[in-house]
Amino acid sequence: MDFLGEVFAFFADGANWVGSAGILNRTLEHVGLSAFSMVVAGLIAIPPALFLGHTGRGGFFAVSVVNIGRAVPSFAIVALALPVSINLGLGLGFWPTFLALVALAVPPMFTNTYTGVREVDPGTVEAARGMGMTGGEILRGIEMPLASPVILAAVRVASVQVVATATLGALVAWGGLGRYIVDGFSQGDNVEVFVGGVLVAALAVFTELFFGFVERRAVPSGLRVAASVGDGQIKILPQPS
Amino acid sequence: MILAQLEGQPIVDWDWVFGHLDDIWAATSEHLLLTGIALGVGLVISLALSLLALRYRKTYTPITWVTGILYTIPSLALFSILVPITGLSVLTAEIGLVSYTLLILIRNIVAGIDGVDPAVKEAAVGMGYTRRRVLLQIEFPLAFPVIIAGIRIASVTTIGLVTVAALIGKGGLGFFILQGLRRFFTTEIMVGAVMSVVLAVVIDSLLLLIQRALTPWARAKATL
Repeated sequence: MDFLGEVFAFFADGANWVGSAGILNRTLEHVGLSAFSMVVAGLIAIPPALFLGHTGRGGFFAVSVVNIGRAVPSFAIVALALPVSINLGLGLGFWPTFLALVALAVPPMFTNTYTGVREVDPGTVEAARGMGMTGGEILRGIEMPLASPVILAAVRVASVQVVATATLGALVAWGGLGRYIVDGFSQGDNVEVFVGGVLVAALAVFTELFFGFVERRAVPSGLRVAASVGDGQIKILPQPS
Repeated sequence: MILAQLEGQPIVDWDWVFGHLDDIWAATSEHLLLTGIALGVGLVISLALSLLALRYRKTYTPITWVTGILYTIPSLALFSILVPITGLSVLTAEIGLVSYTLLILIRNIVAGIDGVDPAVKEAAVGMGYTRRRVLLQIEFPLAFPVIIAGIRIASVTTIGLVTVAALIGKGGLGFFILQGLRRFFTTEIMVGAVMSVVLAVVIDSLLLLIQRALTPWARAKATL
């Protein structure tokens, strides 16, 4: 049988879809851990970034965090999460993957939220203050809605990166779709490797499109800025992983 | 038992590092070579596609769309899809690495050239410059800071992604990260991680210096 035929046969075989090592369960694991990591990372990154952006403090910190984050390869973050997790007594599998994904998602969300709030027109904030709005009201009623396109774009970028990197969790004995790739490599089974690659690629593209859709629906229509290219500078671009 | 081995291990076993300086050097050069090829090939393809997009505006959307999809596909997934076709080879690694440089480079080249003051171009045309001379002598030099900013992002990104190629046997410093994971040896992971960060910072600074030297009129703001 030719290669693509074997790949089709893999997908056509119902036995490959069910069970703990089936495609459905692997996808569920992959999406579940990614979502959980994103929620935790969002809680760690966004509230302090909103506060610092509102007060205008910590700008240097915000920029440094993302620059350092960009230079550390995601593969290295996953690998370094393993000794950390083991020394914390958390073992293999779920925890090192979770720690790595959170560490990966925090910097882009923190920095972009911070920048988004900072870049709100100071005139608007001034006007709100003049109307007697308190700091909290300004943050909730003015800065957060106006920064929402940038914040949502940051969430999209981080989610795609997290879904991509969750694949590497298979190297620290976690499940997810990366299992097909890592097991396929170690058994020299190109069909399994290919299947894993296709599934991970599809999930990543789906994540990007899904969050793009959410962004278009959630952002107030008056605010649809091009979050990617503005005056010749790329503002928000994910780091491929 | 194996896990116990990791517990209480020193973060860096310096004896191991000093005993493997040759290997570290070899992996670093391989890392640089893989990065250099990817950036070189990526730049050539991006220039061609950018010129196409600048000449025929309608092609810009499909070009960014396709390169955007490539950019979204995780590197390990792309390598996995390519391995059955091109094998565990440098070619597989490079196809993946090159494809991640395209979106960044094309967007910055196009944005850079678009950002050139139309009055300057008009003045050049008025002085009798041909279209080609306007491009080579006016638009490219003026767009250079933005283009270099793109090359800087692309190179830092590529240096990080090379490590993943260790899984297909061509990872430069990523080799140490993978070996360290397999043997539960933190020192090797640290060597791979720290060296690739150092490499990224050094290359990024070098590119910044080149840009400052070549375009002293532009102190381009650092791109996030």
